Amino acid sequence: MSSTLTTPTGGDSSVDNSKRTWLIASSCAGAVGAGFAAVPFVSSFSASERAKAAGAAVEVDISTLKPGEKITVEWRGKPVWIVRRTPEQLAALKGLAPQLADPDSKRTAIENPKYSINEARSIKPEVLVVIGICTHLGCSPSDKFATGAQPSLPDDWAGGFFCPCHGSTFDMAGRVYKNKPAPDNLEVPPHMYLSDTRLLIGEDKKA
Amino acid sequence: MATFKEVSPNATAGEKLINWIDNRFPLTPVWEGAWGKYYAPKNFNWWYIFGILATVVFVIQIVTGIFLTMHYKPDAASAFASVEYIMRDVPWGWLIRYMHSTGASMFFVVVYLHMYRGLIYGSYRKPRELTWMFGCAIFLALMAEAFMGYLLPWGQMSYWGAQVIVNLFSAIPVIGPDLSLLIRGDYVVGDATLNRFFAFHVIAVPLVLLGLIAAHLIALHETGSNNPDGIEVKKNLGPDGHPVDSIPSHPYYTVHDIFGVSLFLIVFAAIVFFAPEMGGYFLEFNNFIPADPLKTPLHIAPAWYFAPTYSMLRSVTSEMMYVLIACVLVAGAYAGFKSNLPKPFKMAAMGGSLLLAVAMLAIDAKFWGVVVMGAAIITLFFLPWLDNCEVKSIRYRPDWHKYMYATFVFMFIMLGYLGMQAPSPLFERLAQLGTLFYFGFFLLMPWWSKIGKCKPVPDRVTFKPH
Repeated sequence: MSSTLTTPTGGDSSVDNSKRTWLIASSCAGAVGAGFAAVPFVSSFSASERAKAAGAAVEVDISTLKPGEKITVEWRGKPVWIVRRTPEQLAALKGLAPQLADPDSKRTAIENPKYSINEARSIKPEVLVVIGICTHLGCSPSDKFATGAQPSLPDDWAGGFFCPCHGSTFDMAGRVYKNKPAPDNLEVPPHMYLSDTRLLIGEDKKA
Repeated sequence: MATFKEVSPNATAGEKLINWIDNRFPLTPVWEGAWGKYYAPKNFNWWYIFGILATVVFVIQIVTGIFLTMHYKPDAASAFASVEYIMRDVPWGWLIRYMHSTGASMFFVVVYLHMYRGLIYGSYRKPRELTWMFGCAIFLALMAEAFMGYLLPWGQMSYWGAQVIVNLFSAIPVIGPDLSLLIRGDYVVGDATLNRFFAFHVIAVPLVLLGLIAAHLIALHETGSNNPDGIEVKKNLGPDGHPVDSIPSHPYYTVHDIFGVSLFLIVFAAIVFFAPEMGGYFLEFNNFIPADPLKTPLHIAPAWYFAPTYSMLRSVTSEMMYVLIACVLVAGAYAGFKSNLPKPFKMAAMGGSLLLAVAMLAIDAKFWGVVVMGAAIITLFFLPWLDNCEVKSIRYRPDWHKYMYATFVFMFIMLGYLGMQAPSPLFERLAQLGTLFYFGFFLLMPWWSKIGKCKPVPDRVTFKPH
C-alpha cells in the first residue's frame, strides 16, 4: 500500500496519560467481558443433557450365548462385547503374558474395575465383557477367534481380536499385544450379574 | 479524498459510466491493483497455473456447496438418505454432488502442486515469508474443511474416519478426554457431532478460508510474484517504474490462465462424468454403506489427501519412539556442544531435549503419533527460516539438491500409498523410514541446503519470446 498515514501531532509529548490510562482500563474491561460472553458459546459444545441421560445401564440376557460365541450390545453408543470363551481359549491365555503390553492390568490410563484385574479379566472366567473400541483411536476391532497363521496376524496366533485401522491385536481377554499402536487393554465397562444369566452393563455394586 | 474527475463529453457511454463509478468507488484502482496492472514476471511456466486453479476450485466448491445445503439434512437419522435423495431424486442433484466431491479431491491436487511449485522455486524465501505462511494456514483450514465435510454423507468411512480423528485429541494428556467430548458433543460421534461439523463446514471454515485467501493475495501483491529463476525482478526497473522483466497480468496472463483453466475443466468434467469415484480414491466404497457405530469396516483408510500425514501418525510405535528419543537427544547434544549459541540457549536446548526425552518415555506412543502428525504440517510454516541455500530456485541449486527433492517427492508419495494400505510389518518399517526422511528433509535443511556449489544466477530472467 502506498498511502502513508500522518498524525496531526507527532512525538510522545502529545500523549495524554490520563486518557491513555482510561483507554487501557476500558480495553481490559472489554476483554474480560468478551471472555465471559464466550463462556456460553464454548459450553454449548459440551455434551447435552439428552446425551448424558442416554448413558443409562443396559440389561442383557446371556442364557442363549454358546461357548465360542459373541454378542454385541450398545451402551452409551459404544459396542459392548460379551463372549463366552471355550476352555481352550481360556487355557491359551496362560502362556501369553510375555507377549502382552499389560498382562496384569497394571496401567491406570483406563479404568479397570476391581473384578477385571485377573488373567481372564472377568467376573466369571468364561464370560468376557469388554467395550469393543480399540484404545488407540476408537475403531472397533474384528473377531479373529480362529488360531494359527492368517493374513495380518502372526503365525502362532492364539485367537483374539484384530483392529483393522492400525493393526493392534488383542488376546481373548482383550489384552493388547506389545509394540502395537494401542497402549491399553480393551476397557471393561462397569457391570454386574443380576442373576446367573442376566447381566447389567453400565452399573456395578459399588454404584 | 480524490478530486472529482471529469471525462470529455465525447467519451463513450462505458467510459462515462466507469468515471461516474470511480468518483464514488475505487473500481479502476482496485481492478488495476488486483489484476489489471499487477505486474508479474514474464517467465512464468506451467507451474504457475495452480494458484488460479485453486481459486476456480474454491468457487466451484462454494457454489455447488450452497446448492447441496438446499437438499441435505444434517441429522444422523436422515443424512445418509438425504445424500442418496440428492443423487437419485433431485433434478441434476447427482451432477452437483459429484462436482462437489470431485472438487474436494481436485482442491488438494492443485494445492499440493501449488505448494510444490513454491518449494522448488524458493517462493517462500524473503520477502515472501508471510505469503507462504498464509498459504500454510490455508492448507490447514482446507484440511479441517475436508475432514468435516467428509462426515456429512454419514457413511461408514465418514463415521469411522471422524471417530479416529476426534479420538486423536483424547491422546493429549490430562485435558484430552474432555477435549474430545467437547468436540463430539457426545460420548461417541453422533447427531450432535454431525450437526456441528455441518455448521463448521458450510459457514465457519469457509469464512476463515476466504479471509486467509485474501491475506495470501494481499501479501503476494505487496512483494510481487517470484518466478522460476528465483530472481527479484523489482531490482531491475524500467523507465515506466515497472520491472523490465514483468508484464501486466491483463491481458498477458489472463489469456494464459483462461487456456489453463479450460484444460483443467476438461479434466475435471471427465472425472465428474466418467469416474466420479476414481476407483475408490475420491469416493470410498465403504462410504456407500450407512454409518454403523457398532461395526468398523474391515479396511479403513483416510481419503488419499490425508494419507501421507496419516502414515506418519501410524508409524509412531513404541519401537519408533526410541529412534525419535535418540534424535531429540542428539539434537540437544549438538546444540549444547557444537553450536555457536550463547551459553543460556545451550543450557536451555540441552535441558529442553532431556525433558522432552523423559516426556517421550513417560507418555504413550499414541500421543506422540498425534504430535508427529501435527508437526508434519506445522514444520511447513517455518520453511522460510530453514532454507540456507544462497539461491532460491532449484534451477541454480547444486545438482545433488535435485536428487534430494526427488527423494522427498518419492517418500511423500510412498507415505501416501502406505497410508491407504492395511498395516503390515514391512509397510510399518517403510512408513517409519518415510517419516524420518520427511522430518530430516526439513529439520536438517539449515545444514544440507548449504552443501554444494550453486550455479551462477543470471541478472535477467530466462525468457525466450515465442
